Amino acid sequence: MIQPADTRTLAPGAMDAAASELLQAGGRMQMAWGVLPPGATHPELCYLASPGPRRPFVVWRVRPAGAEVPSLAQRMPLLGWYEREITDLYGVRFADHPEPLPLVLHAGSRHAYPMLDPHVSGEAMSFEPTPPALPSASGDVQLLPFGPVRADVVESARFFFFYVGEHILHYQPQLFFKHRGMEQRFEGRDPSAAVVLAERVSGVGSIAHALAYCQAVEAAAGVTVPRRAGELRVLVAELERLYNHLHYFGHLADTTTLKVGQAQGKLLEERAKQINAGLTGSRFLRGLLVPGGLRRDLSPGHEFGHDLRALRREVSAYLRMLERTTSYRDRLHDTGVLDQPTAFDQGATGPVERASGLDRDLRRDHPYAAYGETDLRIPVQTAGDAHARARVRAEEIDASFEVILHLLPHLSAGESVRSDLAVAPGAEGLGWAESPRGSLYYAVHCDAEGRLARVKIKSPSFSNWRAFPHTVHESNMMDYAINEASFGLTIAGCDR
Amino acid sequence: MVRWSWFGLSRGSATTAWPRPGGDDGQAGVLGMPRFEPGRCRAGCSDCVAVCPTAALTPAPSQTEPPIRVDYGRCIVCQLCTEACPTGALTPSPDWAFGVRRREDLHWRQAVESPAARALEQRLASLRRSLHIRHVDAGSCNGCESELQALSNPYYNLHRLGIFFTASPRFADLLLVTGPVTAPMRGPLRNAYEAMPEPRLVMANGSCAVSGGVAAGGYSTGHGIDQWLPVDLYLPGCPPNPAAIIEGLLVLLERMPQRVSGGHVEP
Repeated sequence: MIQPADTRTLAPGAMDAAASELLQAGGRMQMAWGVLPPGATHPELCYLASPGPRRPFVVWRVRPAGAEVPSLAQRMPLLGWYEREITDLYGVRFADHPEPLPLVLHAGSRHAYPMLDPHVSGEAMSFEPTPPALPSASGDVQLLPFGPVRADVVESARFFFFYVGEHILHYQPQLFFKHRGMEQRFEGRDPSAAVVLAERVSGVGSIAHALAYCQAVEAAAGVTVPRRAGELRVLVAELERLYNHLHYFGHLADTTTLKVGQAQGKLLEERAKQINAGLTGSRFLRGLLVPGGLRRDLSPGHEFGHDLRALRREVSAYLRMLERTTSYRDRLHDTGVLDQPTAFDQGATGPVERASGLDRDLRRDHPYAAYGETDLRIPVQTAGDAHARARVRAEEIDASFEVILHLLPHLSAGESVRSDLAVAPGAEGLGWAESPRGSLYYAVHCDAEGRLARVKIKSPSFSNWRAFPHTVHESNMMDYAINEASFGLTIAGCDR
Repeated sequence: MVRWSWFGLSRGSATTAWPRPGGDDGQAGVLGMPRFEPGRCRAGCSDCVAVCPTAALTPAPSQTEPPIRVDYGRCIVCQLCTEACPTGALTPSPDWAFGVRRREDLHWRQAVESPAARALEQRLASLRRSLHIRHVDAGSCNGCESELQALSNPYYNLHRLGIFFTASPRFADLLLVTGPVTAPMRGPLRNAYEAMPEPRLVMANGSCAVSGGVAAGGYSTGHGIDQWLPVDLYLPGCPPNPAAIIEGLLVLLERMPQRVSGGHVEP
């Protein structure tokens, strides 16, 4: 029983009908993962279903009968990557999978299903690089492989462009060069101490990861955090959104060759990070959260409020300037359009889906921390282009300032941590957070000693990388960098 | 465009004077490596060892040394030990500038030689003024990249120090590596290094690159880049902040003295 979701046990043969039922009700899959039950040699599969925008999550549990399980990826394309990941890590095959290729472990990895290996050897696997099988480019069509080491200071990934002149016919990203096996690093650890690992899955999402993880452990332990801790968690989560979104605009201005706009965006991001450090001791807001509340109390004082108000004034002026700049706006309008059905089917999340008309946000739809008592504006746009994605983020910046500044004078008194957190043997929990990039889920399974046996992480970029290529096919080389920047993707959390 | 020019000019220079004396390094409040005072350790206590997630703290095997061994190359600055320590032997500190030439300088030692006394390395002479860097992400959490990107913001304005990022390893003097080196990144990392002209330098940026960090020992990760390449500067930190990176680069270029020796930071 994965708290706080409802559980349905399904036979492999019943999955197809259940999938139809979910789709007809307007529901959507959120993630899927494998888990090795205690003492078992064969993995069990878990699917996290969202039956509707504000309805409780349901976990499907499926015990594969043989070596193969029906693939649901034809019906729910967003599941394609989850199924491939389960095949790579657990060896479970999915019958009639539309894209039966390795994903997380690149071809050439010499390792037999790492998540089935209970004895972590401490030795890294051997690896023989094997070029991916691609259709050959012929005639006027050219193939441009780009990466994994690319220009500038960026994360590692490889992109393949099939193109004619300026026109991109087909685009294929190859990710998971950065796969660190982070989920396995949690195994065997104490649930309270392992929060520092969650903070290091995706550096610029340290708070969202720590928060989703802590909430999963708290759900497993059946505890709620003190009111003050919930409020301070909202405060730092919105601070994380601020510096991430400011980074986003600096980067977007860079790709549209607006040099002063780039410099100003990066400067405002720096100011936000310095405010983070002054409040918490960490520019990335690390070292603060723990299952049960906070590791130490925070007292955001007069200076913090003053700095934040000053930053807000600068940010508003900056965003107004950007929006008034026609050369910038022209590059965003009609660039990289993600239509609503594709956004839904491919699992787009966060500002990306909200820019394509999907009005979903975990903070409002499945409230956690103190979001249930927070007045929150959730901006939605319908155009689905780069401009809509930027507009959503611009409005979210303002909404975040509002949430923090409203919270400051109303912080509850009292404790911000509870020390009586104990996880029962075999307990399981689910936690989530709306990170700056979208929905983030942690599923935590504990062993007979109450230690971590399995931690599954679904970061928002895992979802958005799946949707992104659909906006690149049949587009233009000149728009590629702008389009990519407008998605605000990271790779570390996706690759794990 | 005129509006942006005016906007930029009217705001004046945002760049800090640091590392010139009196300049602000921008790291007010940032916590660094915990300070270790073994004299405060209680006999038989190993509370810090139990909570350290990366084995930066280990029990000493012999009675002749302090009871805990500290390897700052593995420290991820999580501060768990400072919370667990019952006696104040490990305390939070602002010591984040931890760039060292030799890996052993990240191991805490009682007796410390003066780092300034070391002879300059001759092969650096040609690189001392300006530096071009090729960055390779070998499996980071993106925290290091976030801080490396910050080096180019108007506050730190790395260019003013004659230090630049370059796209091609052919033009690079320094290979700056983040991440523990995941299996698929071993080849591309090696290729980038081999494409560089001599003399070439390598910097391990962040605790993952120094020792593997939180990912050390996994099925897809190693224990840092010195398994694969010779390292000229180790900079632990999780992630090292922009000022720590600048200090590290200037130590590498011998434009600033190394301040860390035997796990101690000279003020």
